[in-house]
Amino acid sequence: MEKFLTLTSTVVPLPIENVDTDQIIPARFLKATDKNGFGDNLFADWRYNKDGSPKADFVLNSPEFSGSILVAGKNFGSGSSREHAAWAIAGYGFKVVVSSFFADIFQNNALNNAVLPVVVSSEFLAEIFTSVNNDAKSTLTINLEEQTITNNSTGNSEKFAINPYKKECLLKGLGDIDYLLSKKDLIEAYEKTIK
Amino acid sequence: MNNSENFDKRSTTPSSGGQGATLFDKIWDAHVVSSVENGPTQLYIDRHFCHEVTSPQAFNGLRARGLKVFRPDQTTMTADHNTPTIDQDQPVKDPVSRNQLDTFAKNANEFNMPLFYPLGHIKNGVVHIIGPENGFTQPGMTIVCGDSHTSTHGAFGAIAFGIGTSEVEMVLATQCILQSRPKTMRITFNGKLGKGVTAKDLALYMISKLTTGGATGYFVEYAGEAIRNMSMEERMTVCNLSIEMGARGGLIAPDQTTFDYVNGREFAPKGEEWDKKSAYWKTLKTDEGAKFDLELVFDAADIQPMITYGTNPGMGMGITDSIPALDSVDEAGRISYQKSLEYMGFKAGEKLEGKAIDYVFLGSCTNGRIEDFRVFANYVKGKKKADNVTAWLVPGSWMVEKQIREEGLYDILTEAGFALRQPGCSACLAMNDDKVPAGKYAVSTSNRNFEGRQGPGARTILAGPLVAAAAAVTGRITDPRS
Repeated sequence: MEKFLTLTSTVVPLPIENVDTDQIIPARFLKATDKNGFGDNLFADWRYNKDGSPKADFVLNSPEFSGSILVAGKNFGSGSSREHAAWAIAGYGFKVVVSSFFADIFQNNALNNAVLPVVVSSEFLAEIFTSVNNDAKSTLTINLEEQTITNNSTGNSEKFAINPYKKECLLKGLGDIDYLLSKKDLIEAYEKTIK
Repeated sequence: MNNSENFDKRSTTPSSGGQGATLFDKIWDAHVVSSVENGPTQLYIDRHFCHEVTSPQAFNGLRARGLKVFRPDQTTMTADHNTPTIDQDQPVKDPVSRNQLDTFAKNANEFNMPLFYPLGHIKNGVVHIIGPENGFTQPGMTIVCGDSHTSTHGAFGAIAFGIGTSEVEMVLATQCILQSRPKTMRITFNGKLGKGVTAKDLALYMISKLTTGGATGYFVEYAGEAIRNMSMEERMTVCNLSIEMGARGGLIAPDQTTFDYVNGREFAPKGEEWDKKSAYWKTLKTDEGAKFDLELVFDAADIQPMITYGTNPGMGMGITDSIPALDSVDEAGRISYQKSLEYMGFKAGEKLEGKAIDYVFLGSCTNGRIEDFRVFANYVKGKKKADNVTAWLVPGSWMVEKQIREEGLYDILTEAGFALRQPGCSACLAMNDDKVPAGKYAVSTSNRNFEGRQGPGARTILAGPLVAAAAAVTGRITDPRS
C-alpha cells in the first residue's frame, strides 16, 4: 500500500449529506473483476448525462475546482459495503475525504486503500465550504503524523482522530492482511481451543 | 471447520461488561484471537458468505500473494447480485456479467471451495436467504460477507456484519478480520404491532426516527415484546435493515423460535452435537444489569404501515402522513432534502396516499422469503393486478420458489395476474436487466431508495410486502388496512 504522510491541496467541495456508495459508484459499474478504471465512473449519475457527456453543473466537471481532497457533507459513504466506492475515489486521484462523519464500512474500505477519511467538526466543515466558496484556490493541509487538518485560508486547525494502529499502517504503507498473516500461529491456537 | 464443541470456552469466557455482559459482548469476547496494542481486535470468523460481485478482487489478491484459502469449508458461495431472473438455464446475455459469473466459478474451482452454489444450483439464491435456510447461520457465530445486509443473520443471535473486498481477502486468507469494537445500543419495542403492520414497517419506522446515519458506530440489540413475538423471518427483516440507520449490525437473543427454526436444517448441528450447542445457545442473552452505550424504547402500537418519500431509508413516514415541511429539516441538510424531493418529484407537505405508481417489486434479502410471499398472496387473492402496474415478484431462493408452488401461492398469484421470476437480488440494486425506467415510481420491498438504486432515474418508495400488495392491486399508494 502507498504511504501517506502530509498533503496540501486545493479541494473539491460536495456539500451534500448522506452521499451513499450507490452515488459514489452505481451498481451497474460493479461488474469488473479487477480494481482498475472505477475513477472514470466516480459519481457517474451526477457527473454524466445519459449520452455520456459531462453535466456542466456537477463539481467534478467544473474548471474551477480540482485537487486531491474531497470535502463532503455529513454521513459520507453510507449504504452498500462495496469497496468499489473506495477504488473509485482513489482511482480518480483523491487521497483524502473530509466530512463531519463517515459510514463505518466506507471508513474501513478507504483506509484499506490508503485514502484517509478525516472527520472534522460540523463548524470546521462549514468553514471549509465557505472558504472554498469564496476562493476556489483555497487549500487544506493534512498532517497525518500530527493528526491535524488546517484550513490555510483562515489559518484554523483541528485535530482529527485516527486509530494509532491504522495511522501506523498508513505511515508505513502496511495493510491489515500483513498483520493477520503474521499471526497464523495464534489463529491455529485459537481454533484448537474451540474444537 | 467443525466448531461443535466450542460451547465450553464460549460460555465461560469472562465478559467485558463488569456486572453483566450484553449478548454482543458475550459473542465478541468468545471470538477474540488477539488485540493489537492501541488498535483493533483480531476477530475469528465462523462463517463467511461470498458472492460474485465483491469477491473477484479478493481472490486476485490471494493469487498475487500465492496464498490458499485458509478454511474453505467456512465459506459459502452463491451467485445472486449480477444474475438474471429469467431464463437462468440459458447463457447469461450480458458478456460482462457472464465474465463475472465465470470468474466466480473459476475461483471456486481453483481454490477448492466445497460450498459453491452457482446459477442453476438447487441451493442458489440471495446470500442472506440461503444462509439461514440451509442452517449455515447459527446462534453465537461471527458471520461476515462482502455485503452490508449481512446484518440479516443477527436475527439468530449472531454478530454478523458487512465487509469490504480487502476484508474478504483477509477472511479467505486467515479466517480473521481486524475490527474496532463498536459501541452497543439496545432498542426495545414494547407492546404489540397493530393489524396490517409488518416487521418492515417497524424497521422503517425505527430508521425514520434514528435517521440514516443515527446508529453509525453502534451494534444494536433488538428487544421487547414486539420483537419476541416475531417469527425468524420477521426478525431477519428487522436485522437486515440495521445498516440503513448506519449500525454495524443488529442482533436478537436466540430463543425457542430460533432453535425451532434452526433445528433440522441441513448444516445445523445434529444429535448430541445439537444438544451441546443448543445448551450453549441458551446462555446467549444480555445479563440483567448489563450496560449499553445507548438505550432507546419505542411503543409498537405507535407504528402504522410505512412508506418512504425521499432518497435514503431514513426518509420514511406513516402511509397516511404528509411529507415533512422544509423548515423541519436542520439548515445544513436543506439542500440535500430539496435535492431528494426534486429527484422523487414530490413536494414538502404533500400526502402520498392515492398517488399513482408504475412498478411493484417483491423480493430481496429484506422481503424475499416465504412469509413475504404469503402476505402478498393473501392480500391479492381474488383480486387483480392493476393494469398500470408492472410487478416483479422475485423469490429469494429456489427453496422459497419451491415452497411458493407447494403451498399453492403460485396459483393465487397467477390468477391475480402476477408472474413469478427466478431467484436473485434483481431490482433491489438493478445490476441485471431488472431496472425501473427513469422517472417511474416503484413501490419496493427492498432496502434502499437511493437515487438510481433501481435503475438510473428510478424513483423508489420503500414499503413492506402488504403495502406493496395493495399498491399492485390498486395501482396507487394504498393503506392496506382500508
